[in-house]
Amino acid sequence: MISYAECSARERIAQLLDAGSFHEWLPPAERVTSPHLAQLGVPSAFDDGVAIGRARLDGRTVFVAAQEGAFMGGGVGEVHGAKLVGLLRRALLDPHGERPDAVLLLADSGGVRLHEANAGLIAVSEVMRAVLDARAAGIPVLFLIGSANGCFGGMGIVARCADHVVMSDVGRLAMSGPEVIEASHGVEEFDARDRALVWRTTGGKHRWLSGDCDTLVEDDVQAFRDAAIAALGDTRPVTVQALEHEHRLLAARLQLLPEALDGDIEAVTLWRGLGVADAARVSSLDVDAVRALRPA
Amino acid sequence: MSLPTAIETLDFSYDGARPAGRFAPVLVGVVGSGNLEVLLEPGEPPKCRVRVETSARGFGTIWQAVLDDFQARHALAGVSISINDMGATPAVVSLRLDQAVAELAPGAQP
Amino acid sequence: MNWQHLAEQLFGNQHGLRADGDFLAGSVSFEGRPLTVIGTTNHAPIGVRLALAQARVVLDTMAQQPGQPILLLIDTQGQQLRRRDELLGINRAMAHLGMCIDLARRRGHRVLGLVYDQALSGGFITSGLIADACYALPEAEIRVMRLPAMARITKLDPALLEAMSRSNPVFAPGVANYVSMGGVRALWDGDLAGALRQALVDSPIEDQRARDGAARGGRQLAARVAQRVLDAA
Repeated sequence: MISYAECSARERIAQLLDAGSFHEWLPPAERVTSPHLAQLGVPSAFDDGVAIGRARLDGRTVFVAAQEGAFMGGGVGEVHGAKLVGLLRRALLDPHGERPDAVLLLADSGGVRLHEANAGLIAVSEVMRAVLDARAAGIPVLFLIGSANGCFGGMGIVARCADHVVMSDVGRLAMSGPEVIEASHGVEEFDARDRALVWRTTGGKHRWLSGDCDTLVEDDVQAFRDAAIAALGDTRPVTVQALEHEHRLLAARLQLLPEALDGDIEAVTLWRGLGVADAARVSSLDVDAVRALRPA
Repeated sequence: MSLPTAIETLDFSYDGARPAGRFAPVLVGVVGSGNLEVLLEPGEPPKCRVRVETSARGFGTIWQAVLDDFQARHALAGVSISINDMGATPAVVSLRLDQAVAELAPGAQP
Repeated sequence: MNWQHLAEQLFGNQHGLRADGDFLAGSVSFEGRPLTVIGTTNHAPIGVRLALAQARVVLDTMAQQPGQPILLLIDTQGQQLRRRDELLGINRAMAHLGMCIDLARRRGHRVLGLVYDQALSGGFITSGLIADACYALPEAEIRVMRLPAMARITKLDPALLEAMSRSNPVFAPGVANYVSMGGVRALWDGDLAGALRQALVDSPIEDQRARDGAARGGRQLAARVAQRVLDAA
């Protein structure tokens, strides 16, 4: 087992895609870097924190982007976002006749890169539009989430705009980080140091049980690879019917959880309401056991 | 208004003995706190040029010492080394430089 | 400008728009044609409930009023910062709202955003930024995060950020910056009804914001980098 969480972005690409198949666009040597960081005394990265390109997955052509969470928390800035937009556009416009079977986004991001503020916010939105454009053109978009940073902020929204989300139990998917919530509404609202609470609220097991991710895996690169291969055919057209179904699901879920429940029992209450057997034991169960608990 | 913080750029140049030959650019490391990335590219023989961009200002003499050591170990000729640094220790810098050289094509290995 | 005053300027005194707490919705008549209005007020935090309420109106418009334009009136402090909303998947609810708006666009509904007071972060991503085009009143503000929180998270000097937010387009919250960066298409000033009329006619359908940012000088790299990816060998 190779921990996906402990890999760098480039290690994930090397391990997950077919060996030696990754062809990078705008590689580090081209120095397509951020124009905004030097003025803040922050070093740039040669690839602005994301490696993009074409590769093969189980012999099939895919486009892939891997965000480097160790650089700026994986935050999306102007150039980083434009690389993602370009990748998605290249998939759908297919100017070189290499239409991929899917676009894989190895997400590892806190969301908008705060150091680039406004430029980052617009960039995330452009990525969101580009994801939906690719899907509308019939190209599946897959998100893989399993880093220590997780996938937060604007990227947490974009993840749920994709066809398929794979998460490990280590991964987290959410909007606001625990520290932000605690800073805003106090430790009673969210104790950011309570790791069990953090993972009950935003971690892969919870997202699997609640349906917010489509596949749950161990923290293992091979498991992510297998899940990505299996998800290649999982195109989910965005139709009125699909969105009505989603709306019913989300509205029903809202009713399941009374307001002002204590944080200690809130997640378990929700899981029970969703029909998860053995809800009280979820946090101590392993991935295989949790996988079996998801309501049909 | 001059900003209180800025990136420091340091340039070094050595004459090497072992030609690195032609090779695809090599990247090691990540720009995170206490870390650095090193990009190795072919350069003009016999020079080994190093450009360091760092947020940890004022350590020019330490970079000199680390790079002198590095060049003494590898004596590369015809390489260009570019570094983005966020306060890595000399030990980590040396490690990354050695890792980068290790990824060069076998013909260039010392 | 408060939403009632805005509605009167756009649609006249008989507009029929109602507020249900922080939530605005209604079908109005604009120059003889029906228009759906969806929005928020009181700098509303967008939680799961409010995201779904807005999505419901978009879905109803698609079902019952094919092709009808939709105007999003935006005044939000961003996503609701509550544990319960995170547990319930606020990111998914916001994505759902965004996808409803995006589908409406693809089904021929012109969707316009108007920031009439403030817009932050996630609350803006799922509204104005996913519309065909976003507009703003001159006195409105758009930001990613309030400066104290930004300083805390980035560990940047608050005084530096404060200075940047006054002088630097990347940090300054004024909507004029967003116009120059391409994030906002134009400001509506004076004749608001005339601006809406114009916007209904000439808002783009493709995402032109990076192109606008380059042409206007506020965001010089985004369009170029995306093009380089398209062209790369």
